Amino acid sequence: MATFLFRRLWQAIVVMFIISILSFAIQDNLGDPLREMVGQSVSEAEREELRDKMGLNDPFLTQYLRFAKNALQGDLGTSYFFKEPALDVILKKMPATIELVICATLIIVFFSVPMGVYAAIHPRSFVSKLIMGISIAGISVPVFLTAIGLIYLFAIELGMMPSFGRGDTSPLLGMWESGFTSWDGIHHLILPSFTLASIMLPLFIRLIRSEMMDVLQSDYIKFARARGLKLNRIYYLHAFKNTMLPVITVGGVQIGTMVAYTILTETIFQWPGMGFLFLEAVNRVDTPLIVAYLIIVGAIFVVTNTIVDLIYGLVNPTVNLFHSSK
Amino acid sequence: MSLLQVKDLEVSFKLRTGELHAIRGISFDLNKGERIGIVGESGAGKSVAAFSILNLISQPGYISGGSISYKDHTLSTMSDAELATIRGNQIAMIFQDPMMTLNPVLTIGTQMIETLQAHQKMDKKTAEKEALHRLKQVHIPSPEKRLKQYPHELSGGMKQRVIIAIALLNNPDIIIADEPTTALDVTIQAEIMELLLELCKNNGVSLILITHDLGVVAQTTEKVIVMYAGKIIEQGSTRDIIDNPNHPYTQGLIKALPQKAAPGEMLNQIPGNMPQLDAIPTGCAFNPRCEHTTELCIKTEPELIAKDNRAVSCNLYSERLKHDK
Amino acid sequence: MNLTFSSNLKQFRDSFLWHSFKNDKVAIVSVVVFLTFACTAILAPVISPYDPYDLVILDIMDSEIPPVWSEEGEERFLLGTDSQGRDMLSAIFYGMRTSLLIGLCAVILQATLGIIFGLLAGYVGGKVDSFLMRVADIQLSFSTMMVAIIMLAIFQASFGTERYNDLAIFMLIMVIGIAEWPQYARTVRASVLAEQEKEYIDAARVLGFSSIRIMFRHILPNTLSPVLVISTVQVANAIMSEAALSFLGLGMPVTQPSLGSLISSGFEFIFSGSWWITVIPGVVLIVLVLVINLLGDWLRDVLNPKLYKG
Repeated sequence: MATFLFRRLWQAIVVMFIISILSFAIQDNLGDPLREMVGQSVSEAEREELRDKMGLNDPFLTQYLRFAKNALQGDLGTSYFFKEPALDVILKKMPATIELVICATLIIVFFSVPMGVYAAIHPRSFVSKLIMGISIAGISVPVFLTAIGLIYLFAIELGMMPSFGRGDTSPLLGMWESGFTSWDGIHHLILPSFTLASIMLPLFIRLIRSEMMDVLQSDYIKFARARGLKLNRIYYLHAFKNTMLPVITVGGVQIGTMVAYTILTETIFQWPGMGFLFLEAVNRVDTPLIVAYLIIVGAIFVVTNTIVDLIYGLVNPTVNLFHSSK
Repeated sequence: MSLLQVKDLEVSFKLRTGELHAIRGISFDLNKGERIGIVGESGAGKSVAAFSILNLISQPGYISGGSISYKDHTLSTMSDAELATIRGNQIAMIFQDPMMTLNPVLTIGTQMIETLQAHQKMDKKTAEKEALHRLKQVHIPSPEKRLKQYPHELSGGMKQRVIIAIALLNNPDIIIADEPTTALDVTIQAEIMELLLELCKNNGVSLILITHDLGVVAQTTEKVIVMYAGKIIEQGSTRDIIDNPNHPYTQGLIKALPQKAAPGEMLNQIPGNMPQLDAIPTGCAFNPRCEHTTELCIKTEPELIAKDNRAVSCNLYSERLKHDK
Repeated sequence: MNLTFSSNLKQFRDSFLWHSFKNDKVAIVSVVVFLTFACTAILAPVISPYDPYDLVILDIMDSEIPPVWSEEGEERFLLGTDSQGRDMLSAIFYGMRTSLLIGLCAVILQATLGIIFGLLAGYVGGKVDSFLMRVADIQLSFSTMMVAIIMLAIFQASFGTERYNDLAIFMLIMVIGIAEWPQYARTVRASVLAEQEKEYIDAARVLGFSSIRIMFRHILPNTLSPVLVISTVQVANAIMSEAALSFLGLGMPVTQPSLGSLISSGFEFIFSGSWWITVIPGVVLIVLVLVINLLGDWLRDVLNPKLYKG
C-alpha cells in the first residue's frame, strides 16, 4: 500500500508541477495586471517603477518560484473582477458544482447499471434494442441540445421545473452552501443533473453491456453453469463483479469529461458554479481567476484519479496494492 | 441398466452461412464405475460431445438429434433450470484450462461453498468443513489458507486439483473431464491424471475422459471411443483397441505414438489433416488420408458394425463381414 | 493475379463488405443521408440563396422571420431568419460546410499525430513509450473537452476577439486535433505491439530493413483497420465538440456560422418564441452526427466485431 501511495503521490506532484508551470506561463503572458490595478492616467515611467516593485520584471524562474510559493500557501492571486482572492471566489462556487456532479453521477449509476446489465443478459429482447437505440441516439445529440430540449419540455411547456439558477440554498455544516436542504434547491438540481448525466449515460450503458456480454462468454461463467449454480447468482455475482472492474477504470477517466461538461451545463442553466465562473473569467480576461481555476481543477483531477485507482485496487483481487509489483 | 445412454446424438451449429454438423450421430453407454475415454484429433467433436451431455454447448450450437439419458432423466430435452439440479451434482465437469475456469474475483472458498449450497442444504460452517475435506483429498497443502485465497494465487496444477475437488463436492455419479491435463506442465500432467484416477476408483465415480493422448487413455480407461469428423469410427475395450486396432485411423494414431518409433527414426504421421466441418469428404470421411482406400470408400459411408464387444466403421471390415456371412 | 480495375471492382462486389452493406438497410440510409449532407456542404456557395457571410445585405428589418410554413413566414427565407436577418437556409448550408470541414480536418490531424506517436511508442518502446503514454494518459484524464476549452480560452484571451474570429476555424481544427491524438496513439500502439509479436517482423529485421521502413511499410498497413473504425466516430465527435465549443463562445463566431454557433446564437430566443433559430440547425446537427455514428457502428461490426468498444 505504501509503495502504491508513494508512487501516486510522486506522479501527482509531477502533474501539479507541470500544471503550475503552464498556469504560470499563461498568467505571465495573458493580460496585464498593471492595467487592472491602476488607471489610465498613470505615466509610463511610473508604471515601469511599479512593475519593478511588483517584481514583474524579474526573471521567469524567480517569478515562478514566487508564484509557486504563494500557491502552496493558498494564495492564488486576486481576481481582477471580484477584487477578492481568487481561491476564495472559486471555493465559494465549488459546492454548487460538486452537488451537481454528485447528482449526475448518482443518476448515471442508477440508470446505466440496470440497463446495461439487462441489455447484456437479454440481447435480443425488444427492451434491449430500445435501450441500445436510445443510446446511439444519445451519443449523437450534443448535450446542449438535450438541455434545450429538456428546458423546453419541462420548463416552458409543462412548467414543471425551473429553467435556470440554483434556487434556495442554505449552509450545511457552516460553510457549504447546499441546495439539498430545500425542496426548491432539489427542484433546481433536477434538470441540470439529468443534462450532465445524459452525456455519459449512453457511453456507460454501452460499455456495461459490452463488458458483460464478453464476461458471459468466459470459461468461468460456463463452469459456474456446469456446477448448477442459480442463474441469478451467476449473473449478479459472478458476471457482474467482473464486469464492473473495467467500468470503474473507464469511470475514472470520464471524471475529467464530466468536469469539462460542467462548464457547458452550468452555462446553459446559469448554474452559479465553478464552470460558469471560469467561462465568465475567460470572457473578462480575468487571468488570476483563470489560472486559479486551472490549478484547482488540476488538483481535483489528480485527487479523484488517485482515489479511483485506489478503489480499483481494493476491489480487484488480482491487483496487489500491498506489495510492490515484481 | 447403464448409467448414461447417448443415442444417435447429433449436434449442429447454426451459422450465418448455413448449418455445420459437428456431431453426426454417435451412441455409447456408460455403466456405474466405468471409465471411458473419447479420443480424436482437434476438431473431431470430442469436446462438443462432452458439453452436450449437460447441454452446455456454446451458442450457436445445439442438439439437433438423438437423445441423452441419465438414469430416468432425458437430459437432452430438459430445460436449463431442470438441468441445473443435476449439473455439479450427480454429473460434474472438469474443464481444460484451469487458468480460465475459476472466477478470478471470488475466493476458492466462495466458489466451493456455493457449489455445495447449490445442491445440499448446508450452512456455511458445515460447507467449509466439507470443502476442506475435499481439498485434503486432492492433496492440497494448507487447505485452510487456500480457501481464503484467490485463483491467481495458485499454480496451474493446484488450480486443477481445486477444480477436481469441486467436481467431487456433491458426490457425483459421473465426472466428465475435458482434456484435464492438456493445459498443464508436462511434469504435473501425470500427477493430476493419477489423482483423478485414484479418486474415481475410490469413490465409485464413472469417468468420461476426453483427450487426444492415447497414452493417458491406455492408463486410465477401460473403454475407449475413437472419433473422427463428428462420428465414432471405432470403439471397444481399451485393451483391445490399443493392442489390436482395427480402423486404419486408430492404427495410425497408435503408430504415431513416440514410443512406437525407434530412437533416431522419424515419427510416423498420418498424412493430411482432419477435414473441416463444412468440407467433409463423401463416403468415408477418412478416405483421403487412408492408405487402404478403395473406390467403395469414396462412395459409401461405412456403418458402425459391432462384433465381439467392439465396433468399427470401416469398409474393410464391412466387406469382410459380408464375405463371412 | 491480374490487378486491373475491373477485376478489383468485381472483387469488391463479391466481398463481404459489399454484401453486408447491401443487406443492411440502416447502413444504406445512413450513407445516402451522409452523402446528401456532404454534397450540400460542398455545393453550399452554389446552392445557397444568400451569402450568410455577407454583412452588407443584412437588413435588420428581416430579423426573426419564422420559417415559410408558419403564418408570418416569407418565401424569401424558407427556413426563416436569425436575430440579424440572416437567411437560415443559407446559414445552415454554410454551417454544415464549416462543421464538416472542421470535423474532417481535425480528424486528419488527430490521426496523423496519433499514428506517428503510436508507431513510435509501440515500435521504439522503452522510455519513449513510457513517456508518450504518460502524456497521453494525463491528457486523457483531463478529457479532450477540457483540454480544448483551456487551449481555446487562452488563445481567445491572448488574441482578443477580433483577431480570434479571423483565426477561429484554424484554431478549432488545431485544438480539436491536438486534444484527441491520444485516442489514435493508443489504438495504433496496441496494434503495433500485437503485430510486433508476429514473425514477419523478425523476418524483415533479419533481412536488414531499416526501422522506419518496417514501421511504415510493414506495420502501418496492418494497423489501419482499427484506425478506420475509430475515424468515423471521431469525425462525429469532432463535429459535436466544435458545436459545443462554439456554443460556449469559444468556437466559430456568429458571422462565420457553424451549426454550433447558430444553435448558440438562437438559444436566448427560444424562450421568446423564435424557436427556429436554434431548433432547425439543432435537428440538422443531430441527424448529421447520428448518421456518421451509425455508419461507424456498421463499419466496426463489419471490420472486426470485437475491436472498438467506445
